[in-house]
Amino acid sequence: MRASRHAAPASLPIGSDADLAWVRQQVRQAAAELGFGLVQQTKLVTAASELARNTLVHGGGGHVEITPLNTGPSPGLRLAFVDAGPGIRDLDQAMTDGYTSGGGLGLGMSGSKRLVHEFEVDSRPGEGTTVTVTAWATVVPPARPGS
Amino acid sequence: MHVSVSDENAEREPAAQQVSAFLERRREQIAQRWADASLFRTVFTVSRDEAVEAGRSVAAALAAVAATGRLDDIRDPGFAAVRDQLGRMAASRGRMGIGADGLADEVAALREPVTELLRAEFPDPYAPEAQECLLALTVLMGTLRLVVLETTVSAGEEVIARQREQLNEVATPVIKLWESTVAVPLIGTLDSARSQVVMESLLDAIVAERARFAILDITGVPTVDSLVAQHLMKTVAAARLMGAECIVSGIRPAIAQTIVHLGIDLGTVLTRSSLEDALAYALSRQGVEIAPVRAADAGAR
Amino acid sequence: MTGPSGNGPAGFGPPIAGPSGAGPMGGHGFTVPVLRLGDILLVTLQGELHDGMAEQLQQDITERIAHTRVTGVVIDISGVDIVDSFLGRVLAEIAAGAGLLAARTVLAGMRPAVAITLVELGLTLAGLRTALDVERAMEMLTAGEQDGGSP
Repeated sequence: MRASRHAAPASLPIGSDADLAWVRQQVRQAAAELGFGLVQQTKLVTAASELARNTLVHGGGGHVEITPLNTGPSPGLRLAFVDAGPGIRDLDQAMTDGYTSGGGLGLGMSGSKRLVHEFEVDSRPGEGTTVTVTAWATVVPPARPGS
Repeated sequence: MHVSVSDENAEREPAAQQVSAFLERRREQIAQRWADASLFRTVFTVSRDEAVEAGRSVAAALAAVAATGRLDDIRDPGFAAVRDQLGRMAASRGRMGIGADGLADEVAALREPVTELLRAEFPDPYAPEAQECLLALTVLMGTLRLVVLETTVSAGEEVIARQREQLNEVATPVIKLWESTVAVPLIGTLDSARSQVVMESLLDAIVAERARFAILDITGVPTVDSLVAQHLMKTVAAARLMGAECIVSGIRPAIAQTIVHLGIDLGTVLTRSSLEDALAYALSRQGVEIAPVRAADAGAR
Repeated sequence: MTGPSGNGPAGFGPPIAGPSGAGPMGGHGFTVPVLRLGDILLVTLQGELHDGMAEQLQQDITERIAHTRVTGVVIDISGVDIVDSFLGRVLAEIAAGAGLLAARTVLAGMRPAVAITLVELGLTLAGLRTALDVERAMEMLTAGEQDGGSP
């Protein structure tokens, strides 16, 4: 595992279309540096794009924290999307395929959950929403050195 | 035999220190005796010096652990220096067909030579002080046994994980059957990890071979449950997004029954009963017709 | 991967959807080259596409089909490394809009990783014709194949 200048958590603003593109690029770069395969990178970047758009459209903007996880058997990346918007009133409904409140396809929440390994929503009406997702580079733990 | 159990906690620390000092002092003799024990003798077959050297490093590690007083801590950093070595020894015994229980016995056998040496250190081996040191040594040797077993288990897990990964790749060859037609014969159980590999190799082959048709042959898949069906449907959908048509072949009657019984809807998936039928379909879609060569033509060659 | 995709092949007709605005992406001019080949409109998407640009593109393509009366549209996405539900919806709507104007749309060159991700996301773009690459897409449209790729 390489130590890199990206080892510390990074926070990026989400306030415009251009920010979404920047988030996608930064997530891809962080995932590539951690050794994610192409498919894993694509899945995580796509999930990030969905969730960042939710932050922008439904949360009225916010930010994302990108945290590389280097301690486990396999490197991972944690992304926390934070907004101070109206919150999600009905979480179960928001997690249903096809449910939409923003004129999209309604796949943002439910779909991105399927693209990552861990998915957590913390939402309080009137206070905001934090969606935290984690993906690991490999499901099979890599062979330890020296064996 | 008298062991002062009541004072054990208070007295353990000095006993451990004494054992540590003893292991340091007698390291050479211990190593010499261990070299003849079955574990070292059978692992280091090339030269006895090697076995002695290995024995020295294990004794040194035990001394370091004893010095900390945490005799039963398999996570003690003192073991770190020999963990790799113990792992290699365990792996070597494993290759010779010695199971975990056999290995545990061999490690247990290392205790006796050291105990003898330790006992000889005391004028009265039945004195409480001697008993405590012997007890401490017993605990320490038990911990060593756990460490060895742990290295075999984790080495085993690693091997299994690695083999699994290799098997996933080996077990999914993508074959070009015809111009623009590729096929994957699936054999064995399809779990999530494996279907992921299947999907990726099939899609890569579609690009590499510029395939229009991709055949997933499940003749060798023992059972199709809703999870497997879901994986198949995802693969079909992904191939379609890339512009290739996917055909699932080799659905045996029993599997067809199961699919119906489970209420799985394979409606959007094109199926054929055999690989042959699937190939015939792909060829006819490309305007290729296979017909027997007439006897006269064949004879003319 | 998502680095500057340049301006695409130069001289590919007037670009639609202009360069992106300022911001972190500023400096990389992004244009969507559109080439008319007989009755077919070839749209080449590359690199990062902002949401606003994608919507603009949708509108521009639809207008262009109406004005030029082409019968087919090929959208080449071989240079695109992610398609999320937003871009997926735009692509589906371009095809649906083109259909209303009697033009058939073929989505060409989707990368394997993108296809796997879209399926996992739950977006199978069932109504859309697909082809392995631009050449195959052109074949499909000129041969008048009716059901290319659809189930």
